[in-house]
Amino acid sequence: MAELITYRDAVARGLAQEMRRDPSVFFLGEDVAAAGGVFKATKGLFEEFGPERVRDTPISEEAILGAAMGAAMTGLKPVAEIMFSDFLATCWDLVAVEIPKTRYMTDGQVTMPLVIRTANGGGLRFGAQHSQAVENWAMAIPGLKVVAPSNPRDVIGLLAAAIRDPDPVMFFEQKSLYPTKGEVPDGEIVDELGVARTLRHGTDVTIVALASMVPRAVAAAEELDAIGISAEVIDLRSLVPLDTATVVESVKRTSRLVTVEENPRLVGWGAEIVSLVGEECFWHLDGPLTRVTTPHIPLPSADALEDAFLPSVDRIVEAAQKVVQ
Amino acid sequence: MSVTEIAEPTANASPEEQVWLGLYRQIFRIRAFEERAYRLFMEGLVKGTSHLSLGQEAIAAGFGEAMRADDYTFATYRGHAHTLARGTPMAGVMGELLGRANGVCGGKGGSMHLTSVEHGAMGSYAIIGAHLPIANGAAWSAQVRGSGQVTVCFFGDGTTNIGAFHEALNMAKVWNLPVVFVCENNLYMEYTPIGSVTAVEHPAADRASAYGLESIIVDGNDPDAVFEVATAAIAQARDGGGPSLIEAKTYRHGGHSRADPGKYRPDEEVAEWLSRDPVPTYRQRLQERGVAEEALVSIEAEAGADVDAATEAAKAAPPPAVEAAYTNVWADGGAAWRN
Repeated sequence: MAELITYRDAVARGLAQEMRRDPSVFFLGEDVAAAGGVFKATKGLFEEFGPERVRDTPISEEAILGAAMGAAMTGLKPVAEIMFSDFLATCWDLVAVEIPKTRYMTDGQVTMPLVIRTANGGGLRFGAQHSQAVENWAMAIPGLKVVAPSNPRDVIGLLAAAIRDPDPVMFFEQKSLYPTKGEVPDGEIVDELGVARTLRHGTDVTIVALASMVPRAVAAAEELDAIGISAEVIDLRSLVPLDTATVVESVKRTSRLVTVEENPRLVGWGAEIVSLVGEECFWHLDGPLTRVTTPHIPLPSADALEDAFLPSVDRIVEAAQKVVQ
Repeated sequence: MSVTEIAEPTANASPEEQVWLGLYRQIFRIRAFEERAYRLFMEGLVKGTSHLSLGQEAIAAGFGEAMRADDYTFATYRGHAHTLARGTPMAGVMGELLGRANGVCGGKGGSMHLTSVEHGAMGSYAIIGAHLPIANGAAWSAQVRGSGQVTVCFFGDGTTNIGAFHEALNMAKVWNLPVVFVCENNLYMEYTPIGSVTAVEHPAADRASAYGLESIIVDGNDPDAVFEVATAAIAQARDGGGPSLIEAKTYRHGGHSRADPGKYRPDEEVAEWLSRDPVPTYRQRLQERGVAEEALVSIEAEAGADVDAATEAAKAAPPPAVEAAYTNVWADGGAAWRN
């Protein structure tokens, strides 16, 4: 049996699944409890688990992540919400300097089983301070695992994997995906971190995408198919750990690569994939390794501009055609 | 003479005297360790930087003696004293300063990141203010687990002007957390007089009321006074009475760090505070209270022997293996980021 649910409802379902299973899982953040979250992604948790385990906090991002970190070091498995991923900048010390390094600096004396959930990316006309795609920031920090689901089923499976993981995991929910629907099987869903999924098999070009870029890559592959280009589409799902084996194996077969990322051009995660593929697939390549990204500008607010600059199906099709020619 | 033999004279002391001798043992051990650490820096055996607690020993000592073995402490980059005060063996601390494999963090932490979880020393944090919110997290965990553990968080006067201080105090009060915040006000924020960059006279105590907390100031050079306020604040936290903020007035005998001779401080000010040096002052007080000289001497001999042994152990230890740098990034013990 399966049912059709939204990406938004999958967040609450995934959290509830883990909170029922493990009493050491606690959830905290701004407006997350009684209000059910500003995106309504945590609706029902407060009613089911109560104020002890589902906690509203002040607007104090350092206090939120500090509480999560100290609790993780001493026996709890906290899930902290940072409402918009842009706000990670206000608590970047905790994200980049404290949480990922403390296990290492103490040579393994402490473990850091915590998850930071955050609404990431553009598409909702919120302007440059509430629309950034910053998963590449997290990817640059040794000691953080980085996950970004593209569909409701993966939200549950990857969130469960993140909560059960003994290391800190940054969980990027793409906010324009919240209302999208997908089929979710009944019962417990638990995935493994670091396993990409090949959504569509092809022979001419490999398209690697993440989060909201995945449905666009799939749509592009369908258009490419109509004009005689066979595209393989890989949903990366996790940047750290990175499933390089799946990507490398695919590119060795198709001999061409297009990455599709929401990050601004410079040092987006696609650059790392291109670099790896360049090193490890060079003698198998028949076309230039190509990135489709947001241009290197702050994301504008107006719908016409935002739509023009986020990677579109048309731009992916165009890039793939160019690589295959 | 073995350590056991020289420690014996304190065993017959009264409960009150046990506390005094415990405090004296703490401040003397920290003093002996820090003086040795300074010498080893000068000899080039300790690399990087160091921030000593010379002159500030009574604060770590007073809290160390007032805490339960399973309580948590969070310290700053000036954290040798607080790590030792929880009972962390000197050899591991000295080894960490020297960057040796026997270091308490295997040489991955260094002077600014001393940690000994088995002694409740939950880390030394080198970013100003960062560990106050983290201390809240440990206190929150103890609260929901019902463990009765109290968290004590030490920091300097400079921390009172950073946002994390204010975020942490507010949340600690709102959540009624079992945490004690201890500001060691040594009058200087690194090289700058704290008074010249702070809107209020007492940088921590004058902010307490903003978070519904009592304003508490203690003489941080007086081990008895620190022990008394520590005992009260820890009891309050353990009994569900919530957080405290304590400002302990003290003074660094040296500069901010290894690189700083501290020349910006007026001679009269330095002289006045040196006359209130907690180690000789407390020794004299205990003599006046009739504590046996041999008890004090045996504590001093034991501390000296421990520092010597720790120094020798650290010098004899090898540097960490290169492969060790690739361990303990993740909980599986490794550092892999790809398949």
